[in-house]
Order: sequence, then C-alpha cells, then structure tokens
Amino acid sequence: MAFNYDQYLRTDKMPTLWCWGCGDGIILKALIRAIDKLGWSMDDVCVVSGIGCSGRFSSYLDCNTVHTTHGRTVAYATGIKLANPDKHVIVVAGDGDGLAIGGNHTIHGCRRNIDINFILINNFIYGLTNSQVSPTTPKGMWAVTTQYGNVDPTFDACELAKGAGATFIARESVTDARKLEKMFIKGFEHRGFSFFDVFSNCHVNLGRKNKMGEAIQNQEWIDSITMPLKKWEKLSDEEKKAYFPTGILYHDDSQMEYCDAYDLVIEAAQNKKKVDIPIEVKSR
Amino acid sequence: MAKKYELNEVEVWDGNMAAAQALRQAQVDVVAAYPITPSTPIVQNYSQFLADGYVDGDFIMVESEHSAMSGCVAASASGARAATATSSQGFALMVEVLYQASGMRLPIVLTVVNRALAAPLNVNGDHSDMYLGRDAGWINLCSYNPQEAYDLTLMAFKIGEDLDVRLPVMVHQDGFLCSHTAQNVKPLQDEVAIEFVGEYKPVNTMLDVSNPVTHGVQTEEDWHFEHKARQHNDLMNSPKVIKRVFEEFKALTGREYDFVYKYKMDDAEVAIFALGTTVESAEVAADRMREKGIKAGVVSLRVLRPFPFEQIQEALSGIKALAVMDRSAPGGTLGAMFNELSAAMLAKGESPIMLNYIYGLGGRDTTIDHLTEIFAQLDECAKAGERKYPLQQFIGLRGPKLSFY
Repeated sequence: MAFNYDQYLRTDKMPTLWCWGCGDGIILKALIRAIDKLGWSMDDVCVVSGIGCSGRFSSYLDCNTVHTTHGRTVAYATGIKLANPDKHVIVVAGDGDGLAIGGNHTIHGCRRNIDINFILINNFIYGLTNSQVSPTTPKGMWAVTTQYGNVDPTFDACELAKGAGATFIARESVTDARKLEKMFIKGFEHRGFSFFDVFSNCHVNLGRKNKMGEAIQNQEWIDSITMPLKKWEKLSDEEKKAYFPTGILYHDDSQMEYCDAYDLVIEAAQNKKKVDIPIEVKSR
Repeated sequence: MAKKYELNEVEVWDGNMAAAQALRQAQVDVVAAYPITPSTPIVQNYSQFLADGYVDGDFIMVESEHSAMSGCVAASASGARAATATSSQGFALMVEVLYQASGMRLPIVLTVVNRALAAPLNVNGDHSDMYLGRDAGWINLCSYNPQEAYDLTLMAFKIGEDLDVRLPVMVHQDGFLCSHTAQNVKPLQDEVAIEFVGEYKPVNTMLDVSNPVTHGVQTEEDWHFEHKARQHNDLMNSPKVIKRVFEEFKALTGREYDFVYKYKMDDAEVAIFALGTTVESAEVAADRMREKGIKAGVVSLRVLRPFPFEQIQEALSGIKALAVMDRSAPGGTLGAMFNELSAAMLAKGESPIMLNYIYGLGGRDTTIDHLTEIFAQLDECAKAGERKYPLQQFIGLRGPKLSFY
C-alpha cells in the first residue's frame, strides 16, 4: 500500500503554495517518511520555520508548528527546546533565512550544540521575493540584483556549520529522495545540533535566467555540482573545488548537548556549588 | 554620467514603479536594500535602472533590513545621498537604526509600503508599520496613489536635505492597494526632476579628512537631552521648508500639496478622517451621502510628522461629528490617530462628537458601504447632538460586533 502522507499533513492547506516542480515537496515528503520511520508521534514534534517558501513547512505539517520572523528560527527553536528537552525540534529555513538575515543565530545554535535539527533548504536564490541574490548564489549567476552576474563569494554552508561547532553535518539534494530520507533519520537520531544542507531547485526564480528554466534542468545542474563524499575525497584539491560533497560529512557524538549542559548548571545552582565542567580553551 | 530615461507625458505605473522612478531621478548615490513584500519592486526596479545605466550610484544587496538602514546611515554620514525601501517586518527590524538616522541628522529617504505586522503572518496592507515608526524622529509624508507616491518621494529629498532641516524622511504608501495598482502618473522629465531635487549637499561628512568628525557619539545625562531637544526643535520647524517645497512643486507641476488634505470640508457637518488609499474611497462615500442631503467631508494628513496641529484644528473646525479611522491594531487603547486628533481638538476648546473606527487590518477590504455606514452613524450623532455609539468600533470584522469604551 502506498505511503499515506495525509496523516502527517494539514490536508485543508493543500494544494501547496509552491510552484510546479518545486523541490520543497520532495523535502517535505522525505521529512515525513523520516518521522514515520522513527515512529515519532506528531504531538512530540515541533517544526519551526522562518520566512520564504520554506516558511510554508509549518503550515503544511500537522504537528506543533511555529511560523516565526525572518531569520530568527534558531532563536525560537532554542527556547522551545530548552523548555521541552524531550520534544523533537525541527527547523526549516532557506538560504536567505538561515545564512543571511539569520546567519548569526545559525552559527550560535551550532556553537551551543543544542539538539535542534536544522534543515537548510538551499535553492541558491531568494525565491519567494523573485530572484534576489542570496549568500549561496554562485558567482557569475544572474539575479535581479546582479544583472551582470554575481560577484559575491558564496558560503559553503556545511563548512560554516562545522566551523561553528555543529556535531552532525550532512548534505543531500532533492534529486535523491531516499538518501534525503536516510540523512534525516541519521541526523534526527543524533543528540546535538544536526545541520542538513539540502540542495533544492528553484527553476522559476533561479533557473529561468540561468539557462535551467525547467525543474529537471535545475536538478541536473544540482547533480553536476554534487558528488558523494567518498568519491569526492579521492579528487585532487583543484578538482574538489568544482563539487560539493554529499552524504554525512561530519558526525561527533562525544560533545555534550546543550540542554544536558544546562541541566548541570541548574543542578549546581540548586545545590549552590560550582558546576563541574573542565575548562576548555578550545571546545572543538 | 547616467543615461536619460525617455518618459511619456503620462506613464502607467504602480506605486512601486512610481517610487522607484523618483529614486532614479533623485540620482541616489547609495541604495542598500533587502527584499520584502510588497516593497521589493521598488529596489528591484532601481537595481534594473542602475544596471541599465540610468543611475550613477551603488546598489548593495545586504543581509537584512537592519543592515540596509545601517548601510544607508553609513553612506549618508560619509557624504552620499542614500535611500531604500521596506515594509512591515523589515521596517520593524530597521527601527533601531531609524533612530540612529534621525539622531545623526542624516537626510535618508525611506519609501515605506505599508503592510501588517506579524503574528499572524500577513503580507497585505495596513498601517501597523507606519504607526510603529511614527515617533522615530523622521518626517513622515503620506500618499494615497502612485502619482502622489512619486511626487512626495521626489519632494522628500528636497525637504530632508535642506540645510535648515537635515532630517530623514519616510514616504508612505499602502501595500498592494497603491504599490501594486497601476494608474496614470504624470512624471517630470529627467532634467526637470534632477534640477528640482538639486545637488546633494554633504554636511559634517566622515570622509572629509581635513575636518574629522564623529557621528553617533555617546552622550549621557550631560548632553543627551539637549541633543534630543534640538532635534525635536528642528523637526517642529521643518514645516517652513516643507511648505516652500510644496509651493515650488506646485509652480513646477500644478499639483498642489498641503499639510492637511481636505475634501468637501467647507460646509461639512460630518467627516471621516483616514490615511492612505481609504481617503479616496471615503470621498466616494461622502459624495453618496451628499446625494442624500448629508453634508459629508473627508480629512487626511499629508504630513504625519511633524504633526500639523493647527492645520488639523482649522480643518475640523465647525463640524458636528468626526470619525477617526485607524488601520492598526490599537494595542489596548484608542487608535493613535484618534488620540492625536482628540488632543488637537481639546487644545482648541471645541470638540465635535468623535468616534474611533479600527478597520482594514491585514488587508481586509473596506468598502464604500462600510464608509457610508460610518457616515450614517455620524449623521445620527450629529442630529441627536450626542454620541450614540461606543467610542471605538471595529468595522468590517466577521463574527460578533466588537466595540470598546
């Protein structure tokens, strides 16, 4: 029997607001399947979204949801997780939301290693507002604000998350829904800040002016710039520059999760004694 | 040298295009911007003009509205003409820096396409953002249609940059109802507009290395009060310049602007006060009431800040009943415009019967029927010589009627 997505969706909100062929639907379904496989009750899941097309996740998923202000998803999610450490908190944010206006919150979420699952839907453009350049728009590409080609260098979101201290970092794209689902399951099971860089297509607002106006063309382009980590590692340093590695890029279970760390502080405060955490000049 | 943009005598522009064209003709040096519905097309059109060679300036796509206004502040303090556009949440994020701009006396122009504030998230028009920033020390100009958005944006530069003013200026227009509604607009030709706006005159610029200055310096209880008092003083004196610019613009175009906007108020007994596009709808409603023999009129503001206290007293003088419409959730009191107009009438010692109507939040349509109903209530109060309805009513709301006081 076909998988019944409806039990996880607010079906009265269907059809979605997304354009035909949008990658967001693939991510939404992979996310639902991951939750289903983990056997999580939707009552125990909180989805936090920001502004942009990705912001619609909190409208469509039938669980505890918050549609927050632009860029502040991690700040909201941190509060939710600290107040409800036993619940599963999933943030869905776009590349503008997570890396531009909200970049500050993203890196500090990573640094604290709080048990939040941060799904960055990276479509390389501000899609909802019609094609303004984003922190991941490749150099040379057209955007309405870069009519002669973008000159700003891009973020490698996973490197950023690693530098900031996230303890689970993975990248997949909408061209392989099964890998996407597996990545979510692995990351959701991880206790700590899980960062997922999900490449998605916005053929409408990135593609049309960059010679990939059909969804499939945009997805072929995504395939052409990604490579599984094991294969990528065998490339020369020069060759590596042309591809983003995919798969689980980093996984460290040894670091203390933030809610656990905070519990130590609470215990210390209640017993009026100094918290027993060894001094670390460099945490990672 | 920027290319000349060929314009027809009459163009068909929506409010966003009208504002963008005014920014182009003002030959702004720096636009720092971040997209947000419904104001995105202003800066987007501007970036297109720049890319096509119609502007000699710089466009920076920054990472938030906070950064957009910060970029404008820095550019302006460095001696450049700076402008941007925003709405709603973006405006809210800018608020911290709005106070920087006015406190540093930087004549930045901000075109605000008015939209509701979340939560619940809503992209449609109301005046929540306008009200949020009204005390930020900026001059606030209000437009009701694309022509006025164009005219007032051009004038904003000339007013704010005047050496007797040196204050930032916001130009408001309604989200979607003005920003996305295409109408006939009569633009100035480029050379006429450029001459009207004039060369930017930098004052105390940071990049004048032979006269080093500092902006935004810390002052505590010793000088802060004096700074803020001088700033308020100059804002309160800006009407002299605003009046002169309105007159110069009239001489140039024939289009007349005043601090207070009046429609059929000469013999009016009942009047609606509103801001934004509702003004034009209220005019239609007033005409319908006049067909029934009710002397109805409409009053609005062109200049929200500095508040034209005496002109509003004069405009409302002699009327029997007044409806003050506020398009922003009042947050536990009467509407802000109701309170300001009440203060003006109290000071005059002559008050009509006043009613407060909250309307149109989040883009809820306000129809001519709503407005004629308001006029009918006013007429009933005027004839009875007393207030027959609650002080504050919500109009156009679904479900049970809501009223307070």
